[in-house]
Amino acid sequence: METSSHLLEVNDLAVSFFTYAGEVQAVRGISWYLNKNETIALVGESGCGKSVTIQTVMGLLQSPGRVTGGSVRFEERDMLGLSAKELRQLQGNRMTMIFQDPLSYLNPTMRVGEQIAESYRLHHKVSRSEAEARVLDMMHLISFPEPERNMYAYPHQLSGGMRQRIMVAMALICNPQVLFADEPTTALDVTIQAQIIELMNSLKEKLNTAIVLITHDLGVVANMAQRIYVMYAGKIVERGSAKDIFYRPKHPYTWGLLASVPRLDADQSRDFRYIPGTPPDLLNPPKGCPFAARCRYACRACVSSIPEEMAFDSEDHRASCWLYHPGAEALLAAAERERGMQR
Amino acid sequence: MLRYVLKRVVIALLTVFVLATVTFFLSKLLPGDPFMNEKIPVSVQEKQRAYYGLDKPVIQQYFIYMGNLLRGDLGTSIKFVGRSVRDIIGEFFPVSAKLGLIALSFAEIIGLLFGILCAQYRNRWPDYVLMVFAILGIALPSMVVGPLIRYLFGVQLRWLPVGGWGKTWQQAIMPAFVLGLGTIAGNTRSMRACMLAVITQDYVKTARAKGMSPVRVVLKHELKNSLVPMLANLGPMIAGVLMGSFVVEQIFVIPGLGKHFVNAVSTLDYPLIMGLTIFYGAFLVVMNLLVDILYGWVDPRIRVK
Repeated sequence: METSSHLLEVNDLAVSFFTYAGEVQAVRGISWYLNKNETIALVGESGCGKSVTIQTVMGLLQSPGRVTGGSVRFEERDMLGLSAKELRQLQGNRMTMIFQDPLSYLNPTMRVGEQIAESYRLHHKVSRSEAEARVLDMMHLISFPEPERNMYAYPHQLSGGMRQRIMVAMALICNPQVLFADEPTTALDVTIQAQIIELMNSLKEKLNTAIVLITHDLGVVANMAQRIYVMYAGKIVERGSAKDIFYRPKHPYTWGLLASVPRLDADQSRDFRYIPGTPPDLLNPPKGCPFAARCRYACRACVSSIPEEMAFDSEDHRASCWLYHPGAEALLAAAERERGMQR
Repeated sequence: MLRYVLKRVVIALLTVFVLATVTFFLSKLLPGDPFMNEKIPVSVQEKQRAYYGLDKPVIQQYFIYMGNLLRGDLGTSIKFVGRSVRDIIGEFFPVSAKLGLIALSFAEIIGLLFGILCAQYRNRWPDYVLMVFAILGIALPSMVVGPLIRYLFGVQLRWLPVGGWGKTWQQAIMPAFVLGLGTIAGNTRSMRACMLAVITQDYVKTARAKGMSPVRVVLKHELKNSLVPMLANLGPMIAGVLMGSFVVEQIFVIPGLGKHFVNAVSTLDYPLIMGLTIFYGAFLVVMNLLVDILYGWVDPRIRVK
């Protein structure tokens, strides 16, 4: 594999939370990579381990969470072996993060301009006025309304979309290599979502920042990501280019996710589609495929052992599912017939 | 903002008025009067009562007193013959206030520091040690701690003077510590709770994601936000500590205001009871008003438009 060319590479990463109830295996051996100037998405429902993954990569994992295996390489450095001080030089500088709810993730008693400047001053030896000038530049770049006045505002005085722009400015002011966006649009209403997505896309072009997007919203993914990793119960169940995932999805979980995206052209009388059941308990992860309990095409093999990852039309489109085992041809045919009928 | 302050001032005046009225009638409900004494002829007692206007109906006394109060006249003490109440407060309050300020400033600093340490090391040994200290500090009254440390540091070790006031600065150390002990303990506990509430806030994660060192995160993001709820009891705390403590001042022989709060009641010195109560009440109300204004300064979300 051409490992050296990737900007960020996660190999067989495993993270557990050691709680009183026992070891919760939040991330169970996942591998992914990110190239320069690329946007990828980690997609999955709540609790699938996507946020824990990027917290670990950024070195923000907190006790009782602990990395139990695997490696994270960023620009040829072993992230998991760095000292706290070395990590801090990367955090907020080379790799930054924006979060779901900009109101709760901004300090309520600090002016927003100061919060943006703080990121910059932590990593650059500049005077207060130089940092302020830089903040203004940044606010102009993201076309923030009236930056000269609004940089002195407090978070509660701004609208939700403006707050998220502040978060974006804060994350990008140091020209990071990687931006982690953890559900960046979930707390915003739809029109603002579109603006933020557009903003992130345009800034990515201007600043050459690679983005790792975390979301359960496939609509957002379609507008941003080139490659997609579908996560379920701490594992990657399918990965591929955006086209692969949207037009040739292979894993039944991906089918379920795609089917549960609300559609404007859908029959109004029909209920929203959803995936029945809940994700497995990661205190005692199932022996076989984690999705087996909720999968309508599951067979005995699914329950007893974890399927190998299989490549499909291209080397990069892979999924882990027993349906594609030579012995399950009849089942696969039935599943595809049913899916064909649904559409 | 001005409207808000004006409104608060009106409420404050009303509070003091109600306080004065209630205290006036309560003190009249106490049995006896200051001149009841078997050794003094009844005719002389009558004269004394008439001199202080105590022979008039209570309601009339009330209006006379309130009228004087409006002119800023707190009256003359009965027990300290010839001394005005204002004079007495003017002489003894500065002593109590000075001791109180020393106690309060170090109690605030140490209390906040302990609280921060507890929260940062929650459920580990520094937290346990400091919490035990805080519980002891609250549970042990100054009449126990005072004599104990006075005996230890004053009598046995002879490091510090056993009592007195105004000669050397060392005289202030022990009483200030005993006076501030409860405040340290209380502040430790509430600061711990306030900071624990802040530590789990999302913006603290943002600060860490910026690559900030843990100490800077505490100082720049956690501290100010934790102080907001702490301000609530600052007003009463300042007033309480500055007014002096009967026990501490008795133990360390300090000529403060504390003893007058007790003695005025037991000797039925009506003007002094009234004067001290109104002074304390007004002071408390003013402190609360200042704290409310301070609130808006610390937390922009509750700033009044």
